[in-house]
Amino acid sequence: MQDVYIAIIILWVFLFMYAIAGSIDFGAGFWAMYYRRRTDTKAASIANRYLSPSWEVTNVFLVLLVVALVSFFPGAASTLGTLMIVPFCLVLFLLTIRSAFMVYSYSVQKYTNMLIMISGITGLLIPALLISILPAAIGGFVEIVGDRQYILVDQLFKSPTFYTHLGFGLSTELFLSSLLLSDYAKEANSEETYHVYRRNAIILGPITLSFAVGAIFTLIPEAFWMFENIANEWLWFTLSLLAFSIGYSSLWWPSKKFEVGRPRIAVLLIALQFGLASFAYGSAHMPYFLYPDVTIYDAFTNEVMFRSLLIGYGIGMAILIPVFIWFWRLFMKDKRYLRQEGSPH
Amino acid sequence: MDNVMLARMIFGSSIAFHIIFATLGVGITLMILIAEIMRVIRKDEDYGTLAKRWTKGVAILLGVAIPSGTIVAVMLSLLWPGFMEIVGQVIALPFQVEIFAFFLEALFLSIYIYAADRLSPVMRIVSVFFVALGATASAVLITNAHAWMNTPRGFDMVDGQVINVNPIAAVFNPSFFVTSLHVVGSAYMTGAFILAAVAAFKLFRGGLTDREISYHRKGLTLSLAIALIMSVYTLNNGHDTAIMLHEHIPVKLAAAEGLFETQSNAPLAIMGTPDPEAGRVIGGIEIPGMLSWLATGTTDGVVQGLNDYPRDEWPPLFVHTLFNVMVGIGSALLGLASIFWVIWFIRRKKQKPYPKWLLSGIIASGPLAMVGIETGWIFSCTGRQPWTIYGVQRTGEAATNSGNLGMLFVLFISLYVVLLVLTALVMHFYFNRNPVSNELHTI
Ligand code: HDD
Ligand code: HEM
Ligand code: HEM
Repeated sequence: MQDVYIAIIILWVFLFMYAIAGSIDFGAGFWAMYYRRRTDTKAASIANRYLSPSWEVTNVFLVLLVVALVSFFPGAASTLGTLMIVPFCLVLFLLTIRSAFMVYSYSVQKYTNMLIMISGITGLLIPALLISILPAAIGGFVEIVGDRQYILVDQLFKSPTFYTHLGFGLSTELFLSSLLLSDYAKEANSEETYHVYRRNAIILGPITLSFAVGAIFTLIPEAFWMFENIANEWLWFTLSLLAFSIGYSSLWWPSKKFEVGRPRIAVLLIALQFGLASFAYGSAHMPYFLYPDVTIYDAFTNEVMFRSLLIGYGIGMAILIPVFIWFWRLFMKDKRYLRQEGSPH
Repeated sequence: MDNVMLARMIFGSSIAFHIIFATLGVGITLMILIAEIMRVIRKDEDYGTLAKRWTKGVAILLGVAIPSGTIVAVMLSLLWPGFMEIVGQVIALPFQVEIFAFFLEALFLSIYIYAADRLSPVMRIVSVFFVALGATASAVLITNAHAWMNTPRGFDMVDGQVINVNPIAAVFNPSFFVTSLHVVGSAYMTGAFILAAVAAFKLFRGGLTDREISYHRKGLTLSLAIALIMSVYTLNNGHDTAIMLHEHIPVKLAAAEGLFETQSNAPLAIMGTPDPEAGRVIGGIEIPGMLSWLATGTTDGVVQGLNDYPRDEWPPLFVHTLFNVMVGIGSALLGLASIFWVIWFIRRKKQKPYPKWLLSGIIASGPLAMVGIETGWIFSCTGRQPWTIYGVQRTGEAATNSGNLGMLFVLFISLYVVLLVLTALVMHFYFNRNPVSNELHTI
């Protein structure tokens, strides 16, 4: 395989990891807001307990993604950075407020309500801004005047594919986070919370699927080249559909605890489905970063740098993976953490 | 205002904001580690309480350090796309390795904070050790990129193309070691002085029980011990940094000292304003031969002056003041820490309170150290102008050409102001609501 393909696959893996971790993180923020007034379930506090130790780690995945883009594809980073400066800056702005309030509210109770609102609202806005980069990158929305490039914002807002991408991004976020939280609630032995999130997942699954199909078909008028490529990736999309069906059905599989549903299996299979579909979407995008100006070949770094980066990632992962496993055990599996009452402190 | 200027203002203020929290993240985590070790050695739970309360503070500070760091990291690509195109090809390694340092720090910090009650004392020290290691490593690694901007190595630039890349040579550029040692030393020094200032403030305000006084005294002496060591170290190593400038970027040293003519027996000018018309520093104190002696080791040594360089390669001359402020603060704080230990030694047998003037000096030392960090960094980045990569790329070539920067500047400045105020309020509420008397175990 050519080096440039290895690089783009690594980049895709990082994107995938951040998409999953970010969906769950932002989604949990939204659910904590959505259920803040409900006293009959622990839905809000379970969502909060998941967020406390995890948001910092999720944030590092974002940085990882940016650094990988800059180091593997310096040319693409500079074009994307110039074009997308406003949406990226808004994301940074919102992200900062969110993280700061996350920490403030752990320390001072009176900020808790404000945090719940802020993290709920930014939990929808940040993913929406991030996902809007996708339709902007398929071409047709960039205008070149002299040596400057502009995004045609009004055209973007008028195009249906923008809205189907947006709907897809948000429903995926909420779907994935409901699934994970239902699993988390099950670990924490909270039956009524489990049922709340299971029901959300059942509703959101088909919605997500329809948006995904919609996003692909609305590409026809905007980016026919991409639609054609997608048609060639049908195998991946079929596999992804299969993973979805099995995963979704596992919400009704019998189980020893709480009678019905195997959320763990659902989380894994839906993540797999998401991985397959995003891989197919990404391959259909190849070889363009930004259609039609920037391809992965133009943007690729040099061979020497590429080799040293590979070695770097290898060593880094070897050191970190054991720590990740320990971390996971302490917070996702340890009954003493999961079952404590009240706030996580 | 032109685009480049706006980009510099946005980036400069963002990173100046990040560095406040980042420096404390590096400095205070070291202090927590030392407190945890002292607790085991002395078998004194007060050190555990110190570690616990400092950790609480660091957790709040890192809550701002992490997103503001994310801002600067992404902004590098947004505002300086031309620069990042070269970075991606030549000096991507420190940025990459830094991610692992962040992971290390974030994971172990979560473990140390949220799982402390489930860890044995030794595992506690191990986890806080990795937190401190991660923080220090991230400072060293980012400084690596900064040092490379000053002394770029490991590539050739031919017709605007980067060729002959050697990533290892880029990482081990000549100013890397000395600069990163200076950054880490000054961050430890600042963390220690800030904590000393907090303890001094409590003792100064009075109204404490004997138990509380003894607790705050432990905090004060522990912090000032580290502060003294790190001040000596930073001063000594700052000298080496100046020698590095003399060898590799003489024009920066010349601007720092306001030296116009290349000469042997060059004088050291303290304060004053460099005046290009007069060709010397107006209104300062001059010590003849001192600069030559500091830079080369003998008063006969030749030090290059600004006039050897074309005017359009001069940095702004106000960097002279920034440099003087940093050095002045370094010397003053070393003096202060030494006086404290002399007084401590004289009175070690009696339990008399420390004099008020000494405590007020120590209260001032924390903010002053932070001013030292800020002036030092702005000196280093502005003193590199007009270059972003010294001798290779000018700032104008690095900058973005996109519009909208004015609006973003206003947006981010307001964000930083609000966060500074809120963070201060949160600290205030938290530590007021949870006074240390609740946590002290009675003897
Ligand atoms: C509390 C903070 C502090 C203190 C007391 C000092 N420094 Fe410093 N100095 C820094 C904090 C700092 C810094 C913020 O960490 C810088 C900015 C960039 C860097 O590499 O370190 C720096 C940079 C810096 C540079 C420029 C390096 C470059 O541009 O590459 C020189 C020549 C010195 N220092 C020299 C000194 C001397 C001679 C000092 C004492 C007598 C001194 N510093 C005290
Ligand atoms: C020498 C000055 C700097 C020091 C001492 C420093 C130190 C730190 C520290 C201690 C943290 C908290 C890390 C954590 O808890 O994970 C941090 C966060 C961060 N810094 Fe800086 N930093 C400096 C400059 C920069 C610069 C110039 C950049 C831009 C490339 C940067 C990028 C970041 C990022 C991306 C984070 C967030 C990491 C995360 O998501 O956890 N830093 N920095
Ligand atoms: C953390 C403390 C730092 C502070 C307070 C700081 C401050 C500044 C300031 C004030 C400027 C604008 C300079 C001017 O136009 O006069 C600047 C520019 C810049 N700095 Fe730093 N800096 C810091 C650290 C770093 C580090 C560690 C890096 C390395 C990645 C870095 C990279 C840059 C770049 C790329 C520019 C823009 C290009 C240029 O103006 O040359 N800075 N910084």
